[in-house]
Amino acid sequence: MSISIEEIKKPENRIYGKPSLLTDNVMHYCPGCSHGTVHKLVAEVIEEMGIQDKTVGICPVGCSVFAYNYIDIDWQEAAHGRAPALATATKRLCPDKYVFTYQGDGDLASIGTAEIIHACGRGENIVVIFINNGIYGMTGGQMAPTTLIGMKTSTTPYGRDPKLNGFPLVIADMIAHLDGTAYITRQSVHTAPAARKAKNAIRKAFEYSQKGIGLSFVEIVSTCNSGWKLSPVDANRWMVENMFKKYPIGDIKDVLNGK
Amino acid sequence: MAEKILMKGNEAIAISAIRNGVDGYFGYPITPQSEVMETLMKEKPWETTGMVVLQAESETSSINMIYGGASCGKKVMTSSSSPGISLMCEGISYIAGAELPCVVVDVMRGGPGLGTIQPSQSDYNQIVKGGGHGDYHNIVLAPASAQDMYDFVDWGFDLAFKYRTPVVILADGIIGQMMEKVEMHPMKPRRTDAEILEAAPWSTTGKPAGRERNIITSLSLDADIQERFNRKLKGKYEIIEENEVKFSEYMTEDAEYVFVAFGCSSRICEAVVDELRAEGIKAGLLRPITLYPFPFKEIERLSKQVKSMMSIELNLGQMVHDVRLAVNGTCPVGFYGRQGGNIYTPEEIVAEFKKFNGLA
Repeated sequence: MSISIEEIKKPENRIYGKPSLLTDNVMHYCPGCSHGTVHKLVAEVIEEMGIQDKTVGICPVGCSVFAYNYIDIDWQEAAHGRAPALATATKRLCPDKYVFTYQGDGDLASIGTAEIIHACGRGENIVVIFINNGIYGMTGGQMAPTTLIGMKTSTTPYGRDPKLNGFPLVIADMIAHLDGTAYITRQSVHTAPAARKAKNAIRKAFEYSQKGIGLSFVEIVSTCNSGWKLSPVDANRWMVENMFKKYPIGDIKDVLNGK
Repeated sequence: MAEKILMKGNEAIAISAIRNGVDGYFGYPITPQSEVMETLMKEKPWETTGMVVLQAESETSSINMIYGGASCGKKVMTSSSSPGISLMCEGISYIAGAELPCVVVDVMRGGPGLGTIQPSQSDYNQIVKGGGHGDYHNIVLAPASAQDMYDFVDWGFDLAFKYRTPVVILADGIIGQMMEKVEMHPMKPRRTDAEILEAAPWSTTGKPAGRERNIITSLSLDADIQERFNRKLKGKYEIIEENEVKFSEYMTEDAEYVFVAFGCSSRICEAVVDELRAEGIKAGLLRPITLYPFPFKEIERLSKQVKSMMSIELNLGQMVHDVRLAVNGTCPVGFYGRQGGNIYTPEEIVAEFKKFNGLA
């Protein structure tokens, strides 16, 4: 039996669509990059919760510096690493708003460690979306604090050597020890089931941020196939085989569910 | 009659913030201005006006909290002293680049580096000429009394919102620590959400259906767009320079010698003028109240009537360069300063004045 195009186009038959909060701007992200998928999940969550008029996003410096071009909400563009400071003031001055930062690993785990640690320490009621791809994307593939041992980048051309470059920072586990954090999870978006779980995590984080119980942190272990010099498919495989060992997927802390 | 209370300049900043409807203060302790946050924490304004007060983990963070708060159209301010202001300069540049209003108080101490904790005016170049990276200006107000500290908070926010630009109250350790009577003006309530939307339609408070999303940013990768923005800022600064210069004069009408001094130095120079007048020397004082915009025209005018001018500053000679630009060779310009937290006496300045003018 064949279904006509007209039938397929009916809203009740649609199984997939672009969220209305995702703008029509052409994304500058490389093919295969995780950012586009995460942007879409964030847009879907805000749309489904009906909180577009109550949401303020804070962009970082890095590839997602232009996030404000893609999701149709009010945005602030922070200085490198400082997004949690902007979010802190925004949330405290406008407590009824949903306030989230969207930060990469160079931004959050390197230059912005003081800001993220203290936002967690103070228990700011904000959401942090943390894209961890183990590399600086926008500046051309330099070592990040999250770069794996042995991983080649433009500033570790022979592979990250702990004697020279130290060890990776595992931020999500570090902040799980702080009383000010409510929900900490590590997700990925490399398969459809993974993306669905990541979306649920993002939604939970947004919901938690209005409960006054502290900071919610969603790490997305991501690919940077341009920086990693791999095809999108190989990058996903490399991420599963290497990144997941250091950064295992799953909930780390959930104060409302005894974890 | 308005109530008068004896208080430190730093306390006046805090009390003024509460009484003038400031929405948020974000700061970090540093001598000699810690009384600002201490006073706010003691007063607990979140229980009365709803004002938010928060101790940040660093000056870097507190200025970026100001960036976030200002992005929401709120009246937000911070205070610090010289080394902390250096850390804030990155954020102030972003705030200028994103065209946001805020008030920053710098209670100057001696530098460079960790320097001293005693009073100084050695951040003149840093604050008046910009401080952070890029082509921008702060509007700079120079208080000379605890009353000025109180009054300049409200004036600073008026200017900050009028021009969407950071305003710096450039005080020093003397003005911050000195106790004087301060007249309390009537309370101003904090603005309502509706008033904020009217005053700051650009603010990021959640995008309702039917308006474009508001984006606070200082980024443009296109050279032409950035150049257009730089020229827009230049246009704004020209309007500020045309309309917002403020200064006061003391005995300049028939003066043959004029001192130029700001902040605590202008108070000391009033005594110097009195001493010289008592000796029959026709001295006067011009006190710039705004350091940016600087009273170039007024100094130029005075330079044509006097035998010489002298800039008196608690630094190695910073404002004197602007005085010389204004004078442009019309009369000799001298300088006398003390550094490291030391303060001149009127007698010391009188002696230097006579030496410079060959009157000794």
